[in-house]
Amino acid sequence: MRAVITVIGRDMIGILAKVSTTCAEANANVIEVTQSVLQEFFAMVMLIDIEKMNCELGELQESLKSNVSGMTIHVMHEDIFNSMHRI
Amino acid sequence: MLNMTDIMETITMIQDENLDIRTITMGISLLDCCDSDIDRSCEKVYEKIHRCAKDLVKTGCDIEQKYGIPIINKRISVTPIAMLVGASGGDPVKYALTLDRVARAVGVNFVGGFSALVHKGFSPGDKELIESIPRALASTEYVCSSVNIGSTKSGINMDAVRTMGKVVREAAELTADKQCIGAAKLVVFCNAPEDNPFMAGAFHGPGEPDCVINVGVSGPGVVRAALAKASDDCDLTEVADIIKKIAFKITRMGQLVGSEASKRLGVPFGIVDLSLAPTPAIGDSVAHILEEIGLEMCGAHGTTAALAMLNDAVKKGGVMASSNVGGLSGAFIPVTEDAGMIEAARCGALTIEKLEAMTAVCSVGLDMIVIPGDTPAEIISAIIADEAAIGMVNSKTTAVRVIPAIGKDEGEELEFGGLLGNGPVMKINRKSPAKMIQRGGRIPAPLQSLKN
Repeated sequence: MRAVITVIGRDMIGILAKVSTTCAEANANVIEVTQSVLQEFFAMVMLIDIEKMNCELGELQESLKSNVSGMTIHVMHEDIFNSMHRI
Repeated sequence: MLNMTDIMETITMIQDENLDIRTITMGISLLDCCDSDIDRSCEKVYEKIHRCAKDLVKTGCDIEQKYGIPIINKRISVTPIAMLVGASGGDPVKYALTLDRVARAVGVNFVGGFSALVHKGFSPGDKELIESIPRALASTEYVCSSVNIGSTKSGINMDAVRTMGKVVREAAELTADKQCIGAAKLVVFCNAPEDNPFMAGAFHGPGEPDCVINVGVSGPGVVRAALAKASDDCDLTEVADIIKKIAFKITRMGQLVGSEASKRLGVPFGIVDLSLAPTPAIGDSVAHILEEIGLEMCGAHGTTAALAMLNDAVKKGGVMASSNVGGLSGAFIPVTEDAGMIEAARCGALTIEKLEAMTAVCSVGLDMIVIPGDTPAEIISAIIADEAAIGMVNSKTTAVRVIPAIGKDEGEELEFGGLLGNGPVMKINRKSPAKMIQRGGRIPAPLQSLKN
């Protein structure tokens, strides 16, 4: 089972570090990261393995939001993307 | 591997274009709760609904968190209560109060099924229930009511049509101090579907399993946004294709959420209802889709054609995305719940006559239309009869949910708030249909019914 974390907002130092640390604390393994910075706009998509995670997805989203303030963060199970975009 | 464009598309749909699952509705059969003693019967109803639905709201919230998709409503539909009244006798309002109490206890937004199916005639239970509808709606908060008065197979029960004109008026009168909300929770159907998850017309048909999960998706905003991104040079074939693709994606999500809910609750998955259901929120309007297609305002000539195409494209896209499609499945046009329709009705571009034409090609009927408070019952009956005739002849569901704004006249407005929205009192044709309505009887089933 995997989930997708997306982080969007103004670029600043340490976003990736904070997100990865929070994932590590939740025992979620990072599988892939795509990140781009366009002018001051930061966008990141991270694929994580949630098989051995020690909390619910909703809790991970809450702790990400409190650790990385000022950014729009979504944590969603990958099935929603697969069902919408793959036949 | 998932690509970034797909991921961002889904997130934009949810965040900016109001994509959501409109409702997870649990259908519960109450046939095994019948008892000859009404109080005992009510106890069994409470116990069964509570047992089946106690985890419904929590499960809905858990799924919301897992997939990051809002699920706006969690609802319950039950066996038409008239069937229980037939067995138990007594005051049907007791059932309404029981439903209201259990809805509050399990935390759902609405419970539908204070209903009677009388398309061919009344049983004693049906008569008692229909007579009690205004009181039931005035004394409860969460209960919704519907009555099926016609079908393609059986024709139109004009005695029921006559009665329902009075019932709608009375429902509004008894709730006049609450924006006549009673009438907004009462739907009169022709060809009512048994598995509709949307309120106020949801009930759990007698042909349904003991307990079932039905899902209603939404997403007018997503369709509008996709059309806005398309070039103005697209011809209507291309426009229909764009709508189909979006409908497919929206429905896939409904299918995912429905099957997940069914698995978690241990209840079979019934259907996905593919309807585009608008809300008063900005950007979540069916009227605005029609305007995006190229009309100056909803209600202009061309509206019916645009709506026919939209309705058909939504079905075509959705059908392949779901294993079982059912309910109403099409585009809804509830006036007070749709920002674009409210605006069009206010400025006179959208009239009841035009809405009636639109209902011939879309999924429901004259929905959430505010009419003058002094509208006589027989005119309401005649509005119902016209709408039922469209449904009967075209083998489709039609419905009437009009709200007589007691004490108000054209130009004034009713304000329901929430998903029910607000709307202006619309002009009606006041020539009297009284003699025809007084005749009663049955309009025989049309030739279309003889398919065997």
